[in-house]
This record gives sequence, structure tokens and C-alpha cells, in this order.
Amino acid sequence: MVTFVSFSRHCLSWGLIFVLALAACAPPATPAPTVALTVPPATPTVAAPAPTPTAAPAGPTPTGAPPSPTPAVPGAPAALKIGIVTFLSGPAASPFGVPARNAAEVLIENLNAGKVPAPYNQKGIGGVPIQAIYVDEAGGAEKQVAEFRRLALEEKVNLVIGYISSADCLAVAPVAEELKVLTVLFDCGTNQIFEERDYKYVFRTHAHQVIENVGAARYILRAKPNLRSIAGINQNYAWGQDSWAAFRDSVKKLKPDVQVVGEHFPRLYAGEYSAELSALLAARPEVIHSSFWGGDLESLVIQAAPRGLFQQSIVVLTTGDTMLPRLGRDVPKGIVIAARGPHGALAPKTPLNDWFVKIYKDRYVVRPVYPSYHIAQAILGVKAAYEKAIAANGGKWPTQDQVIAAFEHLEFETPSGVIRMALGKGHQAVEPVVLGITGDFDPAIGEVKLTDVIEFPAECVNPPDGMKTPDWIAQGFPGAKCP
Amino acid sequence: MKSLRILPWILAGVLIGLGWLLPGWSRFLLTLALARGLVVLGVALLMQAGLVSFGQGLFFAAGAYAVGFAMKYGGVRDAFLATALGALAGLGIAALTGLLLARYRGIFFAMLTLAFSMILYGILLKAYTITGGTDGLRIAPPAFLGHVLPEEHAGIGQYLYTLACAGVFLYLVFRYLESPLGYAVRAVRDNEVRVEYLGLSVSRVLYLTYLLVGVMSGVGGALSALSIGHIVPELAYWTTSGEFVFVALLGGTGSVFAPFIGSALFEFIRTYAYKYAPYTWQMLLGFIMLAIVLFMPGGIWSLSTSIPRRVFGWRWFWKPEA
Repeated sequence: MVTFVSFSRHCLSWGLIFVLALAACAPPATPAPTVALTVPPATPTVAAPAPTPTAAPAGPTPTGAPPSPTPAVPGAPAALKIGIVTFLSGPAASPFGVPARNAAEVLIENLNAGKVPAPYNQKGIGGVPIQAIYVDEAGGAEKQVAEFRRLALEEKVNLVIGYISSADCLAVAPVAEELKVLTVLFDCGTNQIFEERDYKYVFRTHAHQVIENVGAARYILRAKPNLRSIAGINQNYAWGQDSWAAFRDSVKKLKPDVQVVGEHFPRLYAGEYSAELSALLAARPEVIHSSFWGGDLESLVIQAAPRGLFQQSIVVLTTGDTMLPRLGRDVPKGIVIAARGPHGALAPKTPLNDWFVKIYKDRYVVRPVYPSYHIAQAILGVKAAYEKAIAANGGKWPTQDQVIAAFEHLEFETPSGVIRMALGKGHQAVEPVVLGITGDFDPAIGEVKLTDVIEFPAECVNPPDGMKTPDWIAQGFPGAKCP
Repeated sequence: MKSLRILPWILAGVLIGLGWLLPGWSRFLLTLALARGLVVLGVALLMQAGLVSFGQGLFFAAGAYAVGFAMKYGGVRDAFLATALGALAGLGIAALTGLLLARYRGIFFAMLTLAFSMILYGILLKAYTITGGTDGLRIAPPAFLGHVLPEEHAGIGQYLYTLACAGVFLYLVFRYLESPLGYAVRAVRDNEVRVEYLGLSVSRVLYLTYLLVGVMSGVGGALSALSIGHIVPELAYWTTSGEFVFVALLGGTGSVFAPFIGSALFEFIRTYAYKYAPYTWQMLLGFIMLAIVLFMPGGIWSLSTSIPRRVFGWRWFWKPEA
């Protein structure tokens, strides 16, 4: 290779080209706060298609309010830029990422049009329209850290709502703190985030994954007070391992003589479970726990049904709600279903929820599932915090610190009921857990009906503030107030 | 030609200056590109010997997890010590796996490297209590000789440190390729039998090269772990290794600079693909790969000779030895 001969001459040509290429790629370097044009005007993929004037005769519509950009609040920006990060590609996109993005899209559109029912009937956020920038969460934690920095420093978003994968949440949270950007985690499950350290700029508007497993343990022991044996089949990664450990430890704490007769951890996205199903059928546990999600969950149910697993054992599916609209009448009877909180088929019957389900169904035909509810919680939480901060600031646009102060310990209305930011010094939400058992198919809704629905209030399934969840379970749920 | 001697220093000066000029996010991308460029340089070096490694993630993850474990269980915060540990992890694994790999060529070499990296991936995934499983390990911001840089300078500090490490290895590899051993590496690709007849041990040449590649990739892993602040088992997954091969082909193997140019280009292409095509960015990368293979089999680097030839009809630089 002759080209290796001279170190220097390559420096000349390629060094310069390299530098030029970089200079071309990067926007003007220095901070340049005056030049607002360095930020590309709008992302091409932003949902918010021009405020569709679809007549909308319903509702008051007092004035034909033209989409004037005049901010209602002094000192407000022309638009509130929110970076929304969710899986748009890869295996987690269709069960989680896209339902979440769809909910964000339709909700933000309605917020900007001022069509959301009270208490969210003010346009946008405090009268300022929301501009959403959607980013794909695929690519791994490393890529997400880089993307977060780009959102914060290049797009100059006001806040980021995002992250389904726990690894991404764990990787991004310290960076949010470093860059001092308000960040709302909307769907990741790990309980580590606020139990390992305190954050100022990071919030999570949904409960972590432990709650539905504690709730599932309580539900099962109510249905079967003489429970003797349990088994688990969970995906072999942090989500599955943590979920199973929380369920198993809770059951053993509540009823110490229960035997664990099988712990199976098939590979994530394995899709074929005959070996594990045979082992479960042979072990004959009374209750089987699974935190499978997405395609794995549907494969498991479809493969287990003809083998008679659901007749032999009570199966608890902690994310089971997502499969109800997809499998329709193929969902077997007698499965215990949860939805990571009061979401989907287990959501409360409130006007806000009815409205949310309607706008979602009108646009996307299917009903919203729990990631859709989670992102609605994040968006409405941000709106509630901003509007509370505006009120506290005498009607002027608040600083980020004022928004954070308003967000801490906030209680706000959502389609999932009232969310309280109770843990992690007011940064982590608590939610109740609702479970039900699948019954007969209801052609009116295209899904099976859930019976024996029980709600465990937030005080029952969440640890008190400042206590780590594994310790809380190990100590026998101190402070839990259960009905 | 003497005057050209200062050019590496000018380039270094420009890159250092970029640390201050670039906005934080692109400086971070450049830091990542330099760290990953070290791994790609390893891939390119093996390509000089006619070997394609599909398991470079093995060293990358080993270096990163060496830093992670040292921080979690040993309380190590120092960047220099962390980097040394990353290098040591890479060296150790290369010394072990190299014993076997130095005997294989072609598809067997590629598959074996892939297998080793997937073994590490499996271990990192299943040793949940030690490695944190898919949730990964957190890496605290490093200290430099006992000083933790304040947040506003942490980014630039890490950039300069990564740049320095990359510069050191770049020079080492350059010297290596100019040494008799380096010529032997290329001779192995051309005709292995003849090299043996010349009295050189092919497997020893490849083993030593493999050690250098292991150290370099371990350092790359350690540096990227320090700048990202979080590590996950995905670093050892075969798609990560495939990405390194992709970048090596993108940059070309024509020069020691090519892997770094490819790496920086890849990071920026991917970022802009994310930005402008959030639903189809993978497809965009695929088309770029296709275009590179079809029209520029020598990678981006081949532009350095083809552009002047096309435009001016002459070679930009004369051959000094001609």
C-alpha cells in the first residue's frame, strides 16, 4: 500500500477535507444566542399538520380564533418545542412506540386546537402552541445519549418526553441533569432511576414496573387464598428478571409457604416456547406469572391455548391489556390481565378517558393501549406543571426552575385518573393497579370483557417515598394501605 | 517535503481548536467517532492482512465493561487508569482468543470472532446481578489525575483526552505499518505461502497484529464508555461489530486516517438520517452502503486520488520513490 508512505501529505489533503466536511455538517459553532436561525425552522416529520380546520361544529367555538401566534402569556416563546423520543423502528415499535407516538400526535393536535376537555381546554400550553419533534429510540443507549444532546443543544427543545427502554432511561437521565434540560420519562419500567439518586430535571409521570407485580401478587392471593405453587415465564433481560423477582418475592412475603415450581427465562423475541410450556404443564403450578409483551406475549398465548395451559393454571399477564384488541375473540377465558396501571380496558370511566379513547379511535381505528396512556400522562403533566407555574408567576411565562418547582408533588387529571408525583422527592408518579379476568367475547367492543376487576390504590402497591422497592417488599410492605 | 512535516501538528491544532468551536452535541459526536474510530482502525488493520473481523464488539465491550467494573467495584474514577484497564482487558482477551484465531482465515476467522463476541454478550446478559443485565452499568464522569472537571468543561476535557489517545494509536499503527512487521501483514494477504518461505511465521505476525488490535479496541471501548456514561451488553452484540465493518468499508482501508474519517462521517450521517428520516434511517444507511460498494469500493478515502485525477488529469501528489 503505497498510500501509507507519507504521513504528512495525507494530513494536508484529508485533514482539510475532513475539517471542511465537519464544518459543513455542524451548524455555526459558537453559541451565538442572537442567531435564532441556526435551528432548522421545523422538522420535516413533525406531526402537527397545520391546525386542520375540520369545521368542528361541536363545542362552543366562541370566536373563530385565527391561529395567531401572539402569545397569551407575556414572555412566552412562539412555540414550546418538545422532543418526543419513542421507538419508531424495531421490534418495540409496533406494540409500544407507535401507539405512544400516535397518542402524542393526536393529543398535541387537539391541545393546540384547544379541543381537549377541562381542565385542559386552554390552547397549547398556557396559550403557547406545542411543536413536537419525533425521534426514533432505536439504536441503543449510546445513540440515544448522542441524540439527546442534539435535541437539547441543536434543536434547543424546551423539554424532552421519551424513552421506553429502561437502559435508555438510565443512560439519558444523568445527561439531562448535566445539560439542565427538563426531561419526562414516559414508559420505562425500571425502579432504579429515582431510588438510586435524586434528580432535579428528570420526572417520570407513570409508576415503575414493580407495582403491577405487587398488585398481581395481591390479586392472586385474593382469588386463591390457599395458593400453594407458582411459576414464572419471563423474557431474559432486566425487565423480565425484575418483574418476576418482584412478583415471586411479594407472593412469598404475603404467603410464605408458597412453592416456586419453575422459573423460565426464554430469550427476548424468541417467539417459540414449546420447551418452556411443556415444563410448565408438567410442573402443574396453580399460578403462572409472565411479563411478556408485544409479539412474544401474543405468541405465548397462541401457543399455550391449545395445550390447555389456561385450563390447568391461572396465568397472570402483567402487560396483557395490549393483546386484547389484537387477538380479539382468540383470547382464552380465565387469564388475569393487568395494564401497568389503570390503562386501556382497565382505565377509569371518566369523561376525559372517554374523550381520549374517542379521538384516538377516530384517527387510528384501534383503541389506545397503555403506552398511549403513559405518553398522555407525560404531556398532560407537562401542561399542568407549566400552567401552574404561569399562575404562580403572576401570569408571566415561567423559567424552567419555576416549572420544575410546580411539577414537583403535582397532582393532575389524566385519562388514567389523577396522577400524583409522590415519590423521588416529587419526581416519580404513583399509580393504582387494576387487574381483571378475561371473560366472554363482546362483539360491541371487539374484545373479551374483563370480570372481577379489582383496583389496588396507589398507597397499597407503591413504597413510601425514600424507600427502595426491593427493601420495601423484603420488609413486608411497611406503610401499605390496602382495602 | 520537509515542510510537510509540520502538517500533522497543524491538523492536531485544528482538531483541538474544533473542540472549542463546535457546539456541544457535535463535539460529543466527534468524541464518539474518535473512540469508535480506534476500533474501526483495528478492523482496517486486520483487513490489511486480508482478515475481516465480525467480532470487534468483543474488545469494545470488554474495554467498556473493564471501566464499568473498575468503577462499580473498585471505585476507580481516574480516566488514565480506566483507559489502561480497558487496554489490558483488550490485550488479555486478544492474547487468549488470538491463540485460536491466528490459525484461521477467511470466513472461519469472521465466524469465530463473531462467536467470541456473542459469548461475551451472553455472559453480560445473564450475569444479571454483576453486570446489571440489559439495564447496563452507569459510568460516573471520570477524573483526570484526581480532578473531576466541572460540568461545563467535562465535554471538552473528554474530547481532548480521546483525541490524544486516538492520536497516539494512529501514530503507533502508522509506524507499525511502516515497520517490517507491517509489511509482513500486507504480504500475508498477498501470498501467505511465500511469506513462510521467506522465513517469517505467519501465525506470529497475525497474533501480534491481533494483540495490537485488541488493545486499540479495548481503549476505544473504554473511551466511549467514559464519554457516554452508560454501558449496555449491546456493545458486544454482532450488529455493533457489523457497524464497525460498515464504517471500515465506508472510510476505506487506504490510510490510517480513513477509519477516523469514516467514523466521523458515519456518526454525522446517522445523526442527520435520524433527524430527517426518523422512520427510514436504516434504509438510508443501507443505500449509502450500496452506493459505496458499487461506486467507491475503496471507500471515501479513494476520493483522495480519484478526484484530482478526474478533475485535473493528474495525480495530486507525486510518488517520492518513483
